[in-house]
Amino acid sequence: MSIIEIENLSKSYRVYKKREGLMASVSGLFRREYREVEAVRNINLCVEEGEFVAFLGPNGAGKTTTLKLLSGVINPTSGTARVMGYTPWLRENGYRRRFALVMGQKNQLWWDLPAQESYRLHQQIYRIEQGTFERTLDELTELLDVRRLLGQPVRELSLGERMKMELIAALLHGPDVLFLDEPTIGLDVVAQHNIQQFLRQYQEQKKTTVLLTSHYMKDIVALCQRVVVIADGQIQYDGSLTGIIDAFSGSKVITLQFAEGHEPGDLAQFGEVLSINLPKAKIKIPRADVPRRLADALAAHPIEDVVVEDPPLEEAIADMFHKVRESQQTSIA
Amino acid sequence: MTNNELLADSGLPSFADRLRIWWTIVRISLEERLVYRGDFALGTLMRFLPIITQIFLWSAVFSSMARPGEQPTFGGFRFHDMVAYYLITMLARAFSSMPGLSSGIARQVRDGEIKKFLVQPIDLLGFLLLGRVAHKLAYYSVAALPFAFVFFLCRGYFADGFPPWHIFAAFVASLLMGFLIGFFMEAAIGLIGFWFLEVSSLLFIYMLFSFFLSGHMFPITLLPDWIEWIVQLLPLKYLAYFPAAVFLGKIPPDELGKELLIEFVWVLVFIVACRWMYARGVKRYSGFGG
Repeated sequence: MSIIEIENLSKSYRVYKKREGLMASVSGLFRREYREVEAVRNINLCVEEGEFVAFLGPNGAGKTTTLKLLSGVINPTSGTARVMGYTPWLRENGYRRRFALVMGQKNQLWWDLPAQESYRLHQQIYRIEQGTFERTLDELTELLDVRRLLGQPVRELSLGERMKMELIAALLHGPDVLFLDEPTIGLDVVAQHNIQQFLRQYQEQKKTTVLLTSHYMKDIVALCQRVVVIADGQIQYDGSLTGIIDAFSGSKVITLQFAEGHEPGDLAQFGEVLSINLPKAKIKIPRADVPRRLADALAAHPIEDVVVEDPPLEEAIADMFHKVRESQQTSIA
Repeated sequence: MTNNELLADSGLPSFADRLRIWWTIVRISLEERLVYRGDFALGTLMRFLPIITQIFLWSAVFSSMARPGEQPTFGGFRFHDMVAYYLITMLARAFSSMPGLSSGIARQVRDGEIKKFLVQPIDLLGFLLLGRVAHKLAYYSVAALPFAFVFFLCRGYFADGFPPWHIFAAFVASLLMGFLIGFFMEAAIGLIGFWFLEVSSLLFIYMLFSFFLSGHMFPITLLPDWIEWIVQLLPLKYLAYFPAAVFLGKIPPDELGKELLIEFVWVLVFIVACRWMYARGVKRYSGFGG
């Protein structure tokens, strides 16, 4: 049995449709129009114990909504989900003691007090034994290198330090399932890297099942073997990271290095010219045409070196989001 | 499996566990309160200023009513009763007032901070109640001395002396229940935030009514008869008027038990109302918002 099982899960919101202007605001007091927004549509997903899965998608795609459904903050419109055998939105204490949710933009610690006070409270509400509590706290502060910050009021910490403290608070009770909603948002490169490293080490050690959403490809490349792409409330892709390129990017990027002093003429006949920086030129070629066009180029020009690459991941993903949006628009039309 | 694990698995904490959680919450809230101790101490002392204006105001009112040879009364209160009344209501309000409770709950709903209480195995209302207990304890520890001093200075106004012990016990009970009524009434207003998001105007109306009808501004016996009759049926009087009336012996002894029982029923009504609203509110929140 999978640790997380989602079947036909849908969630739609009713949002108040407000027209522009004061008069519209006044009439809105008496008669309101609502619009249904389908944040998540018919999602099916299974996650095995110990997997580290990334949710990827543009803003408003339904990633956070899915995490909220799984952590029981919101109820679905239809469908089912089981996490460790529990239905999240029943909010049973048995379930709540076994998972944690960290939201990069939300603060759970007591603002005016040192983090260790918040941890004491967590010890009580999650009923963590004294010995286990001390050992876990020791381990985590060691891994994150924050021992000296334990006694400092949270409001005096930097954003990166605070995020580390938030992570400790979420991990003290040793959750079996961890939901991370943009844990590195707003952090600088170094802090981002630290959090990534910590998450990787922690997950390797504890084999915790982790679901993560992030906008930073680096987070995902560093951490996740499996990527679930959500766009427009639906799962568009579920598989390995490199598979995204195979599935969605129909082209390769070829770098040609010409012989000294050679002036190539019209390169556009081979493909879309990305850049010319003599003696090098970058050309994007549809994947099926690569062998033929490359042969043509080699025949027409004195070429010293050839590199064939996949386009960058970000581009492949942007392409995919674009395609989803287009197909959406044509289906509406 | 040991006994302890069994208990943990059943999801029902033992009483000792509960006490430990409660104590931790109270202790942490206390520490938080003491972070801004300067502001806190000053705020505590400023609360004593209004009593001076009250003494001047009522001494003017009563001297204008004075007839030679008789002591003027106003709504059954003589001048010194009136001052004693204000002193006691000041004490009563130190139990029943809940600054920032309603707006705090509404803000948590609006900002989504309420999620914490859905995700973690902890109850919002219990948590807030313990936080308030801590705030009150911090307040009394700072205010006890000034209170004692002011009461000592004003001891002459308590013409009938210290009440008999059973009246005093009833008075303490009315203070404690006043705390609970104040808490759950304001919590209920805050919980309306699940439906309206913003409750500040609602709170303003409540404050206004509470100011005039709880006995905070003047004893409710000064109101016209038919209004007083209605106000006596409302729970607002337990915030200020009722404890003072008990202490000053304004409640006939044979009705004291009944009155306390009615207050207790009000406490239960508001606890049930809060529980119900919270359950409905969370359902609504998780259905529409998030």
